[in-house]
Amino acid sequence: MPFTDPMADGPAIQAGGLRALKGGETLEKTLHLVRDFRAHDADTPIILMGYYNPIYIFGVERFLAEAKDAGVDGLIVVDLPPEEDDELCLPALSQGIAFIRLATPTTDDARLPAVLKNTAGFVYYVSVTGVTGVATPDFNVVASAVSRLKRHTSLPVAVGFGVKTPEHAAAIAAGADGVVVGSALVEAVRQSLDGEGRATPGTVKAVTDLVSALAAGVRRGRAAA
Amino acid sequence: MTAQPEPNSFRTGADERGRFGIYGGRFVAETLMPLILDLEKAYAEAKDDPSFLAEMRAHQTHYIGRPSPLYFAERLTEHLGGAKVYLKREELNHTGSHKVNNVLGQILLARRMGKKRIIAETGAGQHGVATATLCARFGLECVVFMGAVDVARQAPNVFRMKMLGATVVPVQSGAKTLKDAMNEALRDWVTNVADTFYCIGTVAGPHPYPTIVRDLQSVIGDETKAQMQEAEGRLPDSLFACVGGGSNAIGLFHPFLDDRSVEIFGVEAAGFGLDKLNAASIAGGQPGVLHGNRTYLLMDKDGQIEEGHSISAGLDYPGIGPEHAWLNDVGRVTYLSATDEEAVEAFQVLSKLEGIIPALESAHAIAKVLEHAPKRPKDHLMVVNLSGRGDKDVPQMADRLGMPL
Repeated sequence: MPFTDPMADGPAIQAGGLRALKGGETLEKTLHLVRDFRAHDADTPIILMGYYNPIYIFGVERFLAEAKDAGVDGLIVVDLPPEEDDELCLPALSQGIAFIRLATPTTDDARLPAVLKNTAGFVYYVSVTGVTGVATPDFNVVASAVSRLKRHTSLPVAVGFGVKTPEHAAAIAAGADGVVVGSALVEAVRQSLDGEGRATPGTVKAVTDLVSALAAGVRRGRAAA
Repeated sequence: MTAQPEPNSFRTGADERGRFGIYGGRFVAETLMPLILDLEKAYAEAKDDPSFLAEMRAHQTHYIGRPSPLYFAERLTEHLGGAKVYLKREELNHTGSHKVNNVLGQILLARRMGKKRIIAETGAGQHGVATATLCARFGLECVVFMGAVDVARQAPNVFRMKMLGATVVPVQSGAKTLKDAMNEALRDWVTNVADTFYCIGTVAGPHPYPTIVRDLQSVIGDETKAQMQEAEGRLPDSLFACVGGGSNAIGLFHPFLDDRSVEIFGVEAAGFGLDKLNAASIAGGQPGVLHGNRTYLLMDKDGQIEEGHSISAGLDYPGIGPEHAWLNDVGRVTYLSATDEEAVEAFQVLSKLEGIIPALESAHAIAKVLEHAPKRPKDHLMVVNLSGRGDKDVPQMADRLGMPL
């Protein structure tokens, strides 16, 4: 769900968001994408990720109703910490939509229970202090952070921010339950576009090739663990 | 918005959730939450610590040059033929605007918290210059984020910051102006959590910033109250201040909010006009969430943030501080607006009648004084916050008035 002012995102997602907005993307159209996908795939989980303002302006109640109807399973809304749970997290949970929380290196043991309290689906561990798609995480530090999270929750733990290659994915998959890749995929899309920023015949392949390679990395990481 | 119930006092916010009515709050990524909770705790301790306050007062006196005068504008008053107009002379502060009041307090707080690296966002460069100045004074590393568009049009302030030892980072993302500079500062803070203090320049951002900045700027209103008592033996009848984010305005207004006889007016930037491109968030925006708080914002129907326009770079922000949003809804403060053209006229009138060249930001407030003072009786005491001096605007005004330098 693109936003003009993505304060937690690095250059790749920022540029991707602006391209999408320039191309006329709206929340309404994003929900249509979900509906179209659900018409031929009832099983693959769909999580919408973005910032609160476009949802707030769309109307929280209307958004949740339409998201549920379209087949959305979960939400990741970066600028809604536990302190603002009554805005969207609790209404989403009551609709049966998971609200997936980010835990970060600055989330200490004292704060962790509050972060995990209303989290559903999985926990998204942010591997670095920073924005998406810039720094490469220290995989030893990530592994011990995942162990720490697992002492506090039975939910699966997925790790993201700065995961760019199959090797990164393998290193993370050794300890975590999932690997989140965003910027690298958005960047693969960008590199496949034509001069006017439109998709080319190579766009889908650029993405699926990278996804296949990342998935193979995850399987290798799992097998080695 | 529907009117909210009138409280017993207008001065008790923010509440424990950091809200003023529905406005304010802490809409930030999890990485920053522990940092703003630390800041809240450190500030709560500092503001009640006599040694912290004594240190701040000493620097206010000897470094900033406070108190700033409350000056009776005799010729302007004669010219307008109505209310008796007083100027609160914030433009006489070191660095040339009210911005330094806030920066001094935040830098002392950063020192107290053991932070060695200071980051700030700036639009016109006044907050950046004030931050670079205090960092030079206390030997701290200073990084200022400034939209690439603003870097190009505010070259003198960019040079000042560099002279003072700061690193100026031109922000290339988004629209390359103040809101993008703030995004980039937040991205830096999220990346450098251990040693960095984010010195926000206005009464916006996540709680506790709107409260901290307001408290630090309230010295303006506190002094005004005492000075008016000394000059006239009573409270003023009306207050005027320009509002971008709104820090000079809240600083003047806050000590008077419970003095119900005092009429209070904030002046937004109407740019080319309220029906055209402008930066008037209350007049032309709606409540939404950006930069950590809920407030009035300029946006499109899909909740995407729009660029404002004002002749004054310091008012060119698509939002307004959350306390102003609340004061508007409860009706305690009336928000007016002045166009680019009205500000340019006021800039010239004050220069010629009083020998004071105001900042283009402050000229918006003066513009509404030119309109309202003639309609008031001669015993009406009107105070306008002269929040900054106009030296920085001289090249831009020379171009506009057809006298390029």
